Amino acid sequence: MQSFLKTGKLGSGSGAGPSGDKQSGKGQKRGNRPTPWVEKYRPKTVDDVVEQGDVVEVLRQCLSGADLPNLLLYGPPGTGKTSTILAAARQLFGDMYRDRILELNASDERGIQIIRDKVKSFAQLSASGIRPDGKPCPAFKIVILDEADSMTHAAQAALRRTMEKQTRTTRFCLVCNYVSRIIQPLTSRCTKFRFKPLGEVKIIERLQFISSQENVNIEQDALQSLIAAAGGDLRRAITCLQSCARLKGKDDTSAITPDDVVEVMGVIPSRWIDGLMSVSEEFDYYKVTEYLDQFIMEGYSAGQLLEQLHLKIVMCDTISDKHKATICEKLAVCAYRLQEGASEYLQMADLCCTLMLCLRQ
Amino acid sequence: MSLWVDKYRPKSLSLLDYHKDQANQLKNLVKQGDFPHLLVYGPSGAGKKTRVTCLLRELYGPGVEKLRMESVPITTPSGKKLDIKTISSNYHIEVNPSDAGIYDRCVVMELVKNSAQTHQLDPTGQRDFKVVVLTEVDSLSVDAQHALRRTMEKYVSTCRLILISNSTSRVIPAIRSRCLGVRVAAPTQDQIISILQMACKKEGLSLPLDLAKKIVDKSERNLRLALLMCESCKVQETPLKEKQEPILPQWQVFLKDTARSIMHEQSPKQLMEVRGRLYELLSHNIPIQIIFKGLLKELVSNCDMKLKAVVVEEAAFFEHRVHQGSKGIFHLEAFVAKFMCIYKKFMEDSVIDMF
Repeated sequence: MQSFLKTGKLGSGSGAGPSGDKQSGKGQKRGNRPTPWVEKYRPKTVDDVVEQGDVVEVLRQCLSGADLPNLLLYGPPGTGKTSTILAAARQLFGDMYRDRILELNASDERGIQIIRDKVKSFAQLSASGIRPDGKPCPAFKIVILDEADSMTHAAQAALRRTMEKQTRTTRFCLVCNYVSRIIQPLTSRCTKFRFKPLGEVKIIERLQFISSQENVNIEQDALQSLIAAAGGDLRRAITCLQSCARLKGKDDTSAITPDDVVEVMGVIPSRWIDGLMSVSEEFDYYKVTEYLDQFIMEGYSAGQLLEQLHLKIVMCDTISDKHKATICEKLAVCAYRLQEGASEYLQMADLCCTLMLCLRQ
Repeated sequence: MSLWVDKYRPKSLSLLDYHKDQANQLKNLVKQGDFPHLLVYGPSGAGKKTRVTCLLRELYGPGVEKLRMESVPITTPSGKKLDIKTISSNYHIEVNPSDAGIYDRCVVMELVKNSAQTHQLDPTGQRDFKVVVLTEVDSLSVDAQHALRRTMEKYVSTCRLILISNSTSRVIPAIRSRCLGVRVAAPTQDQIISILQMACKKEGLSLPLDLAKKIVDKSERNLRLALLMCESCKVQETPLKEKQEPILPQWQVFLKDTARSIMHEQSPKQLMEVRGRLYELLSHNIPIQIIFKGLLKELVSNCDMKLKAVVVEEAAFFEHRVHQGSKGIFHLEAFVAKFMCIYKKFMEDSVIDMF
């Protein structure tokens, strides 16, 4: 027994030294724990939010004491929907943030049962209008349903009455990409706000701010291609910037080039797209299939090709409008089939045949 | 005694034979503290898995190579119990979520949550995160991918994901924007030849250049296939001769014959015969996508451009349908019937034109 205790003690004793050091080391580390820049530069207050005037105005009024309606925030990814509502909630409730917010998203179980039990019981609790430290705060709680478009219709239907009944104590905030997937009764109960894709100037501003903070050296051209590839998605742009910086390594101080950006973003270099067009013009089926094989071997994705080809076709001057329509229709069909899991080769071959026939005439 | 494919698989990032720049970049990535989620994509046999194992070794040292198979019990919300096979070491866990069929969502959530909640036992371990490797992400259901989105962000401090897929077309944009994409292109023909020669040299064999070229042509830039073919050549005849023909898998020959017989005669009777052959292929577990591709390649050879376009369109249409239904044979047969119909009409028309 004694020996057992002894060894136990010894073990812990010998462990204490290094582990104690580790603790302090860990503490230090925690101070500058590497975080994704997306999280690090998430807006802290509502005023930090880039663009999106209407929502910010409503939330600002709410911060100064006005009532908050039920919100439905929708828009393309990376435009700051979740950031905005989280920042607002943090400002509204301060330290009580945890008690007053129920955040549910697609990764949590969110069927009808959860809506009935968890959301309902959370909504029924009443909230006081005073913070523990005596300051006033709004007398309601917020339920944030992130990625609401992936909720089932049954679950959405279950929300309807709950939303109305508990207006005294609870506000709902639905965040989604596609407003068309939210059932009508819910949208009519909320104030809708559309988040626009961010303007180029704002993204450049933000990226330059971040790169100066993080000592990243980036070429002006690279910045431009980064923005073009991100298409108004700030999160994607920031993630890409960070990835480029990481891949370069700390010791390498050379600037990030457009090629790096293209590789990290998974964008297909434009020579491949041009090549596809010119090979289709030659009107030789075997050359086209060979080109497609090469393309797939390089590991580029067909979905991305469709996107880039679409831009190219629409902007092209030499194709007549009628043919453009035919090609775009085929592009749409192929994109849909690819999403469903169809074979890339066959879909692309199909597309190329249409392209060949159209370019020929 | 192991296959050459496993024997000569590079063990560390610095030993990789091609895409060296990328390997260097990955090394830089490991050196810095913040490791992002990765999405590794590329055609099969390009070395995606090899790169991931090398990367894991670079991250955690040789400890990751001590692998064990485990089956993890998972209960679905409807109360069904599933067993999922996983391969794990102390530092990482690897799973193919498509094994679970429609329940892949639960598997993904459960696994990531489990491994994210348990911290590294050994505090001296260099990394304070574990890695979850998900293979064949392209067959992951959209539901499961949506479930991944927030999970990825939530547990980012204790868990990193490495997703492996053939193509990013089927990965939803939300996931793509959260990962660092690593594109692994297939090796070029010269690269494969030099690897084959190196492997043969280590085995004490000499590989004639002509044979190497033949193998590479047949392998369609799939390194794994090339190595396997090379080894089977060795089994067939040692020392390796120049004139030797690399063995093609038998089903490829069979598929070509099937296509030829379709071209030969178009009648209900022939269709019945083809059905038998298609069943034969399917029962040998040849993926439907590959059957479609193989058939199409042969069938279009005798058509003019306009007809080719029609045939390709039909193939694309029916192949897509396969993914919506459950029985592939219906759609395969429908395609064959449709082709016969089109082809016969085309032939008759051209005969009429002649007169």
